[in-house]
Amino acid sequence: MNALTSLLDGFGTALTPVNLLWAAIGVLLGTAIGVLPGIGPAMAVALLLPVTYGLEPIGAFIMFAGIYYGAMFGGSTTSILLNTPGESAAVVAAMEGNPMAKSGRGAQALAAAAIGHFTGGMVGTVLLVALAPAVASLAVDIGAPDYFAIMVLAFIAVTSVLGSSRIRGLASLLIGLTIGLVGLDRMTGQQRLTFGSLQLADGIDVVIVAVGLFAIGEALWVAAHLRRRPPEPIPVGLPWLSRGDVRRTWKSWARGPFIGFPFGAIPAGGAEIPTFLSYVTEKRLSKHQDEWGKGAIEGVAGPESAASASAAGTLVSMLTLGLPTTAVAAVMLAAFQQYGIQPGPLLFEREPDLVWGLIASLFVGMVLLLALNLPLAPVWAKLLHIPRPYLYAGILFFAAIGAYAVGGEVVDLVILLIIGLIGFGMRRYGLPVLPAIIAVILGPAAEQQLRRALQISDGSVSGLVDTPFSVTVYAIIVLLLAWPLLKKGVARRRTEH
Amino acid sequence: MTTSTTDPSPAPAGRRSWLRDHSELGVCVMLLVLGALVLTDALTMDVDLTQRGPVGPRTVPLVVGAGLLVVAVLLAVDVMRGGRGEAETGEDVDLSEPADWRTVLLLTGVFLGSAVLIEPLGFPVAGALLFWGAAFALGSRRFDRDPLIAATVSLVAHTVFDNLLGVPLPGGPLMGVL
Repeated sequence: MNALTSLLDGFGTALTPVNLLWAAIGVLLGTAIGVLPGIGPAMAVALLLPVTYGLEPIGAFIMFAGIYYGAMFGGSTTSILLNTPGESAAVVAAMEGNPMAKSGRGAQALAAAAIGHFTGGMVGTVLLVALAPAVASLAVDIGAPDYFAIMVLAFIAVTSVLGSSRIRGLASLLIGLTIGLVGLDRMTGQQRLTFGSLQLADGIDVVIVAVGLFAIGEALWVAAHLRRRPPEPIPVGLPWLSRGDVRRTWKSWARGPFIGFPFGAIPAGGAEIPTFLSYVTEKRLSKHQDEWGKGAIEGVAGPESAASASAAGTLVSMLTLGLPTTAVAAVMLAAFQQYGIQPGPLLFEREPDLVWGLIASLFVGMVLLLALNLPLAPVWAKLLHIPRPYLYAGILFFAAIGAYAVGGEVVDLVILLIIGLIGFGMRRYGLPVLPAIIAVILGPAAEQQLRRALQISDGSVSGLVDTPFSVTVYAIIVLLLAWPLLKKGVARRRTEH
Repeated sequence: MTTSTTDPSPAPAGRRSWLRDHSELGVCVMLLVLGALVLTDALTMDVDLTQRGPVGPRTVPLVVGAGLLVVAVLLAVDVMRGGRGEAETGEDVDLSEPADWRTVLLLTGVFLGSAVLIEPLGFPVAGALLFWGAAFALGSRRFDRDPLIAATVSLVAHTVFDNLLGVPLPGGPLMGVL
């Protein structure tokens, strides 16, 4: 019941006129930017970071929550109307949504997606309210070796679960760890990789890394391969659903969150896997097998609901453990650090106003998202016509503002460009970006926990595995690493029989 | 790209196409260089005075540096065996055409140029030049419309960030006049 009273207090914070305004601005900005082709949720959040620099932390995070959900919804609008999804989580939305739009049912596809996002987000946030305080109170007792184990798990999971090549994921992780090393060592003040430069002694700001990898890297990559003729979006009217549509989709909306939420909470790449699982589940359960591939509305409703719930799941591990499981969560964690706030088990004790205000604003944001996006859908669809030179010029422009606003130094813009060029190279050669950004953010913290743990055990490596919790986590890591071998073994046995 | 006409002999051409097919080895070289850099930095560190606890500021860089070298070698092995990283796709990405390096270089130049101009000219002017320059590099040739849009975007952004959102951006001489 404690969580409920805290949540009510949170609503007191979230429903003040100013914070309502920030939530509305966040939802609108997030959707508008997420709809723009080529901009996924991670880039949207990174580009909009400077908007919140001048705000109080509570207002800033309320706005962020709106941006996050708005950008996710915007991304699926793009893939339904354009059929060329830019980010992996929206791929599934295009599979049934685009055929629906082509056959004149775009309005229904958008409505199914919007209501799916609403339901998924609502159920997901309820689960967040129910679980997060419990996880936080369990995690309060965990020590340095446990934290180190969790971070190693995050590193291994993002490099081996995602992407087609583990070695490329590992390369990306190491690049990120190297960037994280630059600056003064936090425990001894020793300069590392600074080459005598004062500017580098402060380290490279995470915001600059995020904006460089996501915004500059993407803009340069698209510039090198810009389509001569951009894909033509399908025009769409006001979203609506008939009674028959609702009868078909309500179960899909309800099932989605339970697939999406758990995947969001673990470091397995956010919405990518659960949207696909939800798609497969809905397809198997559907009574309209003949429509699949030609525009089955369940195939939009279920995955969208799962995607939205996975965003709420992401927040569980981000807020209670300080562990970002997706690129967006990584950027949000960077934003927390800008304010000198360290997410983790103590956050719920130290900053109850902030946490519960943020959680309450998620509910508010969901309602705003539904109320604003249904009537505004035709407007969003118009954004897809934006001339591409302006779009990518604008991305570079706002990326420059974001990096310059960090410290008001021109050197930061040069560093931004260099990191952008690294991001370009990573896109060219199939190095996933997520491991790098997670490594930049978690690397320094992981090193600190490692050294703290070894200090306590006086240098003995056994100090890293002397708690049941850390042993369990390492067992999971071994399983993850051994999984491809096991799978190969199982497959071989099957072919032998 | 322009030098290819001056060099018609077939043997280097064969080598060049081999290099183009294996350009990913460049990533391995970068990783090797980065690894060497991290290791050198760690080994030349003066840690005698600052070391506290069993693990000093050196240990993690040594592990990361060694890791970079190992990954560089493993990636090279993968590339030689025919492994290729998949280039990223997207809404506006057309991978059927070869990469347009001119645009990338132009954009890089425009970005650096505007960065240098921020302090002397102020953000509104430098930002407008960045926007127009980038749009030009990306193929927009509307000389009546582009500068106008660039100036509007930059001025509005400056006003919103500097005045409304409390993010200081230098106004430069122009804002002093206005």
